[in-house]
Amino acid sequence: MTTEVFPGSYASLHPIREFVVKAARQAGFDEAGVYSVELAVDEACSNIIEHAYGGESKGDIRCTYQISAESLTIILKDRGKRFNPENVPDPDFSAQLENLKVGGAGLFLMRKMMDMVTFEFNENGNVLTMVKYRPPSSD
Amino acid sequence: MDIATTQLKRCDLLSVNGRIDSYTAPQVEDALKSLLDKGRYKIVLDMAGVDFMSSKGWWVLIEAQKACRRYNRGEVVLVDLQDKLRESLNLVGMGSYFKVFDDVTTAVGSF
Repeated sequence: MTTEVFPGSYASLHPIREFVVKAARQAGFDEAGVYSVELAVDEACSNIIEHAYGGESKGDIRCTYQISAESLTIILKDRGKRFNPENVPDPDFSAQLENLKVGGAGLFLMRKMMDMVTFEFNENGNVLTMVKYRPPSSD
Repeated sequence: MDIATTQLKRCDLLSVNGRIDSYTAPQVEDALKSLLDKGRYKIVLDMAGVDFMSSKGWWVLIEAQKACRRYNRGEVVLVDLQDKLRESLNLVGMGSYFKVFDDVTTAVGSF
C-alpha cells in the first residue's frame, strides 16, 4: 500500500495523476486502462476540491493505492463536507446541445472508467474507493 | 499549457498543447471567449498536442459550441484527437456534439 498526501488545489491534479499513472502502469494496464484510471482519479479529486471542500486550499487529499493479484485499488480521503452520490443525477447526453445542462459528468465518468466506485463517510470525512480489475495477462 | 490562435480567412485555428484539467481549462475558456467576443464563431481546435482532458475541459468546449451554433453562425470542430481522448469523449456520450477531423486542412475546408 502506498500513500501520498496532496494539497486540495487544482495545481495538485497533475502530480496526483502522475502518482496513480505510475501505479496503473505497475499494475500492467495498457494505455487505455492507464488513461481510465488517470481520468477517474482526476474527476474524483476535482469533485473533492469543488464540492467536498467548496474551493481550493481548504484541506488535503490523501491518495492511497494498492495492487493485488486481481486489481488496482485507489482510495481518496478528504475532510470536507459529506458527499452523497445519490444527489448527483447523470448528465443527459441525449439532449439537444442548447438544452444540455453543464456539470455532473465527473461521477458518471468515474463509474464508466472503473469497475467499482464506493463512497463512505465517517467521522474523519469522505472515503472514496475505486477498483479496476487488472488485465488477465499482467501477472 | 500553450495555446496559439491563428486567424484564417474562413475560420480561426486554435492549437492547444498540454493537459486540460480543472487547473488549466480556464486558459482554454479565455482563449475561446476572446474569439467569441470578436464575433468569430467558426473555430478549428487542433487537439494533437492534448494528452489529457477532463470533463471540465469538455464542458468548456460544450459551452463554446453552444455559443457558436446559436443562430447557425458557426461551429467548433475538433482536429486530430488522440485515441484515448476520442474514446473517452464517445464513452461519456459527448461525441455527438462535435465533428472530429483527422487533419487541419480538411477541418478548415469544412467551413
